[in-house]
Amino acid sequence: MGQSRMNILLIEDNPDHAELTLKALENGDLTSRIHWVKDGEEALDFLHHRGRFADPTAAPRPCLILLDFKLPKVDGHEVLQEIKGDRTLRSIPVVMLTNADRGEEIAASYRAGANSVVTKPIGFPEFVERIRTVEGYWLRTSRLPEA
Amino acid sequence: MNSTAMDILLVEDNPDHAELTRSALKKGGTHRVVWVKDGQEALDFLHRQGPWASHTGESPSVILLDIGLPKVNGHEVLGSVKSNERLRCIPVIMLSTSGDPDDVARCYEAGANSYVIKALDFADFVGRVKAIKDYWVNTNVVPEACEGASA
Repeated sequence: MGQSRMNILLIEDNPDHAELTLKALENGDLTSRIHWVKDGEEALDFLHHRGRFADPTAAPRPCLILLDFKLPKVDGHEVLQEIKGDRTLRSIPVVMLTNADRGEEIAASYRAGANSVVTKPIGFPEFVERIRTVEGYWLRTSRLPEA
Repeated sequence: MNSTAMDILLVEDNPDHAELTRSALKKGGTHRVVWVKDGQEALDFLHRQGPWASHTGESPSVILLDIGLPKVNGHEVLGSVKSNERLRCIPVIMLSTSGDPDDVARCYEAGANSYVIKALDFADFVGRVKAIKDYWVNTNVVPEACEGASA
């Protein structure tokens, strides 16, 4: 596709889920680089180059965001609203990760502008497989906005 | 899950592209593909007006929307879907022959859920449509209803 190295921002407080996600993404496409932050506040600092992410090279603009719905401090839904309400950030696709097939959470995510909602399977192999499917679609089938 | 019975709305004016896309979408699934040929027909179908006024079926679960359409173009259809309370939760995948970064950004800014470039090669074209179907029918989840109490 001729795109330069793609930065993906993973916003996930559960360390097991984060580790599995990083593992799944690492084994996939080597042209992408994953940045992991653990809560909503850190995510907003990363996106707005604040706090420990004040240096923009430490926090390059992602071309895809994987966002857990339930997060400490600033929750996933608020992070989503902030991203989609920001003129400079709103074109970045956001894939929401939810724990279960929860209708209201799913509808609220789309209403706030989520690009996609994916449930996290309980089993580890299924979890890894799903993350790879998500990565495969967004990095290889869908065209992402430039950084 | 309602994924097996989902309706896919395909908005595509090019009959060759539509035929290829429909057959790739239908393969190995029980979902119904509704094909409309221009943006006006898409709006009629989605808003249940004109020739679709008596249509009582559910809204489609996903929309594949070509950008360069006659009468009403894809951008206008996208805007209409994303500003409607009942329709805005439906994922809209823009189909385009353009890889221009400005075109891509413009669609995402207007609320497109995804942007896919139509491949020129026959096998790639079909492969990409299958990848769209696999993701939006089998992996992505959509709510039963979009309107909700919370903002």
